[in-house]
Amino acid sequence: MTAHLKMNESQPPVLDEMAQGVIGTPTPRRDGPLKVTGQATYAAEVGDGTEAVGMLVRATIAKGRVTSIDETATLALPGVLTIITDERMLRNPAQGGANEAPVQGPRDVAYFGQPIALVVAETFEHARHAAQNISVTYEILPDAITDFLDGDAPIERPAAKQIEQGDIESAMRDAAFSVDATYTTPSQNSAAMEPHASIAWWDGEKVTLHSSLQMLKFNRNELADSLGIDPENVRVLAPYVGGGFGSKLGLAPEAVAAALAAKELGRPVRVVMTRPQVFETTMRRSATHQRLRLAANEQGELTAIGHDALVSNLPGEAFSEPVALATHFLYAGKNRSYSHQIARVNLTCAGSMRAPGEAVGMLALENAMDELAHDAGIDPVELRLRNIPEDHPEKDKKFSSHCLADCLTTGAKRFGWEKRNPTPGAVREGEWLIGVGMSSAARGNILHEAKARVILHSDATVSVETDMTDIGTGTYTILAQIAGEMLGLPLDRIEVKLGDTDFPPAAGSGGSWGAGSTGSAVFLACQTLRSEIADLLGTDPAELTIKDGSIISGNVQHELAQLLTRDLSAIGHIEPGKTSDEVEQATFGAHFAEVAVNAVTGETRVRRMLGVFSAGRILNMQTARSQCHGGMIFGIGSALTEELVHDLRDGHIVNHNLAEYHVPVNLDVPQIDAVFLEERDSWANPMQSKGVGELGISGAGAAITNAIFNATGVRVRDYPATLDKVLKGLPEM
Amino acid sequence: MKSFEYARAETRLDATTDARNGAAIIAGGTNLLDLMKLEVMTPQSIVDINRLDLGTIDVTEEGGLRIGALVTNSDLAGHSTVKRDYEVLSRALLAGASAQLRNKATTGGNLLQRTRCGYFYDTAMPCNKRAPGTGCQAKEGFNRSLAVLGTSEHCIASHPSDMAVAMMALNAIVEVEGHDGTSRQIALNDLYCLPGTTPDIETTLQPGDLITAVRLPKPVEASQIYRKVRDRSSYAFALVSIAALVKVEDGKISTAALAFGGLAPKPWRNSEIEAELMGKAPSNALFDRAADILLTDAQGYGENDFKIPLARRTLKAVLSTLTEVSQ
Ligand SMILES: Cc1cc2nc3c(=O)[nH]c(=O)nc-3n(C[C@H](O)[C@H](O)[C@H](O)COP(=O)(O)OP(=O)(O)OC[C@H]3O[C@@H](n4cnc5c(N)ncnc54)[C@H](O)[C@@H]3O)c2cc1C
Ligand code: SF4
Repeated sequence: MTAHLKMNESQPPVLDEMAQGVIGTPTPRRDGPLKVTGQATYAAEVGDGTEAVGMLVRATIAKGRVTSIDETATLALPGVLTIITDERMLRNPAQGGANEAPVQGPRDVAYFGQPIALVVAETFEHARHAAQNISVTYEILPDAITDFLDGDAPIERPAAKQIEQGDIESAMRDAAFSVDATYTTPSQNSAAMEPHASIAWWDGEKVTLHSSLQMLKFNRNELADSLGIDPENVRVLAPYVGGGFGSKLGLAPEAVAAALAAKELGRPVRVVMTRPQVFETTMRRSATHQRLRLAANEQGELTAIGHDALVSNLPGEAFSEPVALATHFLYAGKNRSYSHQIARVNLTCAGSMRAPGEAVGMLALENAMDELAHDAGIDPVELRLRNIPEDHPEKDKKFSSHCLADCLTTGAKRFGWEKRNPTPGAVREGEWLIGVGMSSAARGNILHEAKARVILHSDATVSVETDMTDIGTGTYTILAQIAGEMLGLPLDRIEVKLGDTDFPPAAGSGGSWGAGSTGSAVFLACQTLRSEIADLLGTDPAELTIKDGSIISGNVQHELAQLLTRDLSAIGHIEPGKTSDEVEQATFGAHFAEVAVNAVTGETRVRRMLGVFSAGRILNMQTARSQCHGGMIFGIGSALTEELVHDLRDGHIVNHNLAEYHVPVNLDVPQIDAVFLEERDSWANPMQSKGVGELGISGAGAAITNAIFNATGVRVRDYPATLDKVLKGLPEM
Repeated sequence: MKSFEYARAETRLDATTDARNGAAIIAGGTNLLDLMKLEVMTPQSIVDINRLDLGTIDVTEEGGLRIGALVTNSDLAGHSTVKRDYEVLSRALLAGASAQLRNKATTGGNLLQRTRCGYFYDTAMPCNKRAPGTGCQAKEGFNRSLAVLGTSEHCIASHPSDMAVAMMALNAIVEVEGHDGTSRQIALNDLYCLPGTTPDIETTLQPGDLITAVRLPKPVEASQIYRKVRDRSSYAFALVSIAALVKVEDGKISTAALAFGGLAPKPWRNSEIEAELMGKAPSNALFDRAADILLTDAQGYGENDFKIPLARRTLKAVLSTLTEVSQ
């Protein structure tokens, strides 16, 4: 039985009427014990020892063509089995939701580090040695572009993203206060703990790929299309994923290479990327160059907003960092101007990384707001409160729910914002300059089509099955909570099976839509099962109260396990509808940060952070909070340390390891508090929840750089705010 | 990784003999194995010295310490005498790497760890240190962490160790056993070479030499500081670091020993700075003169230009803390 819902209208608060009491409650991740005891097997760990091992070979030029590879010499090396140079190998990883093969053909080189071959050997060490020493000759093309700010880079301007409303120029001229500033953010990498890894094996015409991926229904089609086979013959498994952050939305080069090699050798082949390969050949976040213009009247009410963005990607890639996403709806202001330019460069492919758009766009926007507040002498919280729009400021649309004001005021109160000294550089403790800063947070909410099967077994246990992934976010746990709440069963009676394309196709993990989309499919299936239970009792589903497997209906108690004589099964199917278009759905928040900046060295240490968020119904307070903590920690990295360094002479990434690509370490992360406001969004989905995975990062880094300004008077507009940039503005000693 | 032979040394002679025949000595392996995986170093064989009796810390006849080459960074940092009398060393060790690495890293290995220059680590790049004669790709490239003192046009790599900087300020002596079984002592300052025209030659050790211990002279009475400036709070190499022992008597500086990390191809010591400070009343002007002496010959290469003002400021802050002169 399939329960189908297209989200065309607002939904009632069904979950609030349930009795089990597990939804929303802080519940630890059920995969946690498996992970810390090593029982959760990652892609690199599966297999029985019979597999051959592949290693990708990297291009060592920025642009050109492989003219020859000395296969004879490489095949003569110990342990080497074969060299794959098949034209079907991926040159670029697939963008999220590509659903078809990404750019293929390893012979044409478009960036330094691109895979050009796969060496397969008996062991990892043999394969690595051979890949490192393989002799390759190239025809080098001289016109590689590695600097996206270089005037020579070909520029594209997608028409739909060049937007003018009103007249920003005259608004800027007439403004009582205005800001016109340029910000830059560097390339970044998700740096997920688990490197990209795949193992592939064939059974006749059928291939199974066990990999580390986020969106299996698309990945299956991407693999089928890359190999030129029917998707029916492809099964993709990804039960455990050690972090993705967008870098595993689409298929990466190692997956197709493993499948090709396994076919050729007639045995399973495992390909695991080394850490440098993860940096060189999986998605980077594009560097950005952003010009922000803000105009305001005497009261600090915005009269104009302008956001001009320049980003980069490889030629032909459809994705471009959507920098201004939040700028469109966050603040009021009549005159609005946007431009979006894509520089075509020969650098590692750019794609989605946690909160594409907001993560970098809000750094600039929220810094500019801070600059405006300072210039106008208005408190930064107050400035934002004065500019919250009633409806979408650019479209004729209402917000589905909007709690930014509440986030700002609640946050200011909890943080002790009123104690802030607005004069930069005024608070000092010994060598340390102390400052506080804040920013808004906003992230659009998305629903995607998803299906899930729920089986209510006759012993009143439940199985949930979908090809959804849990990339460390808590999906296993919240799906159990949804089923438990709807069917009135404790969590230990619910089994959740994920990460297998043999199960009904879900929405995948990405864009913060995973829980809302796939969770809704589980919800719908459970709603159908409730109807079936009601039918068995000859009553109306609204009359049922189920808790711990006991049903109360019309003052009579029944035991679910006794009532059921056979397994009941239903598939839930959610589809986005009119509510995605007719109302504006977004999550909101407010970040507050306190920093200490060393007056001698310019080193910044974050002392505390607070985020107050509204994201509809919170499905699991603990995993939601963890998600926001993680996002805020990403914010620390973006603000202070993270930068993928390209050598502009050839585009290669110089710091392609975790010793030199600086993600925050424990000591960089202070006490972080993440608080959620009570909210329901009836337009979002039948659970009235919204996404949280990317809200925490949106704006977080700006709160830190704004705090650096408050601490020192130094405005760093070139991210990350490493000590050398702060140092320049510090007084002589 | 290239295939290699593995041998475990039962005696020092095993180790020095194998090393003389081209084997790489492996202690904690935290640097050597990384370099071997990347094929930056491709020894035909390695000799494992971990079973040798080089793991003790003993008081010497002169009242100093003899630290066995295999004493781990964690054990050395936590040793009660080190914490009490050589605080600068304990602090330098704890400022380095991570707890897991310090549990494996040894005294000898730490001294001989190699630069973190990104081009040195990438075999697709030219690098005079790794592949003599190919050029220095860092000079006009990403050199944020590299040296501003003691460089040459052939190499601008910096030495990454924190421990060695503190040992340099403590006048440490390295005890070495050669393949013929004779033992000799090398002042730490003389262990390292500047790159000149041969950046591939980093030390004055000869093939077959085994570091057996590091000797610290008897402790000096002075206030001690190790200050490390870095890009994140932990688990990052020094951009600038200073190991300092200073004593003020009757308003004048009576003891001064300073060594610098992150600035040069070796832990850097310049006796002229100490000579300038000795016997003088601490003042901001004096500290500036000390910084002038340190940095007269400093040369930035673009990305690392900031190290020059950073070193000045850090030195002044360290000196003012140790002499309690406020800025
Ligand atoms: C991610 C990361 C971060 C780090 N951060 C820091 C940091 O912040 N500060 C810092 O100071 N260090 C840092 N380190 C480096 C670390 O301190 C060194 O790797 C370690 O000290 C090396 O010691 P080992 O015993 O493991 O040496 P090995 O790797 O075993 O050997 C290193 C070298 O020394 C030689 N060798 C070893 N012992 C002897 C001996 N007795 N006689 C002769 N030759 C010998 C070996 O042949 C080899 O060439 C970091 C390392 C990593 C991987
Ligand atoms: S600085 Fe030295 S180690 Fe770095 S590339 Fe130049 S020669 Fe090689």
